[in-house]
Amino acid sequence: MEALDGNAIAGQLFEYFGREMTTAVGTCAHCGAPGTLAELVVYVRAPGAVVRCRHCGDVVMVLVSARGTMRVAMDDFHLLDPAGGRPDASA
Amino acid sequence: MARAALPGRLTWQLATVVEVIEETARTKSIVLEPPAWQGHQAGQHVDVRLTAEDGYQAERSYSIASGPEDGHLVLTVERLDDGEVSPYLVDELRAGDELELRGPIGGYFVWKESLGGPLLLVAGGSGVVPFRSILHHWAAARSAAAVRLLYSSRSLDEVIFRDELMRLGTDGQVDIRFTLTRSWPEDWEGYRGRIDQELLHEVAWPPQQRPLIYICGPSGFVETAASALVHEGHEPTRIRTERFGPTGT
Repeated sequence: MEALDGNAIAGQLFEYFGREMTTAVGTCAHCGAPGTLAELVVYVRAPGAVVRCRHCGDVVMVLVSARGTMRVAMDDFHLLDPAGGRPDASA
Repeated sequence: MARAALPGRLTWQLATVVEVIEETARTKSIVLEPPAWQGHQAGQHVDVRLTAEDGYQAERSYSIASGPEDGHLVLTVERLDDGEVSPYLVDELRAGDELELRGPIGGYFVWKESLGGPLLLVAGGSGVVPFRSILHHWAAARSAAAVRLLYSSRSLDEVIFRDELMRLGTDGQVDIRFTLTRSWPEDWEGYRGRIDQELLHEVAWPPQQRPLIYICGPSGFVETAASALVHEGHEPTRIRTERFGPTGT
């Protein structure tokens, strides 16, 4: 399956967090690499998505949608700056 | 498209299809009228949801092809033959139909006039769609940023927005370069072959000029272009990427 990126789950993340999240900055709990959510490697496979660190490849987040409810496990991606450090982060 | 949606919420709504325009044999632009649209930024996308009679739902993301100032919402969709959603959108959807969508979505792969340039846009296939929105915004805002589009397609017949892009390029407003990877006319004066280090070296401004770079296309295309540009010395923080592709079911 082709790897996408965090832009592909922007809608689900917005649904879960109630705000735009792809510009949010965090670090991988496995290797410490920093990055925006948009830059993470995403494998979309119904009914959810597996999100991996672009640097070390370890799983940092899992999204599961079941019976109309979205569950997000992101213990391995530490959010540093939910608003993002980008100049357009207000989007 | 006047009433604002509730802030902080992303709600599904039924948009009316106003028009369907054939762009290429496999690609159509769908002009939509959503009942509540808060406006969008160039580069954003929407999620589209189809529901079957038995309740089964399939959801996909599509880039917005219209500019924020255009006054209508346009999605340009390429048919993936084994796709769950795109064959319906491209082959079946007609003016007057309704389409369920939510958006606009995304804050990373966006460009607004205040971000400036020089602006380098690198597109593979239907990766050109968000760049049409950016080019429309660039023109509407009368941006002083220099802009260059490098667009890779399999053949001339598969170039989406061909007439519009050719016109923009001929006017000299935007520096538009095409590369064709599979077939080209005998008198083709554009580039031939896939995007690689050499081509990007030729087309991109030097890293010293700190261009703001957007790359959109299939995953492999984006990886190749992004790695080549970083290797060339461009700052990774000035490169924004968006990958698309078929998703598993």
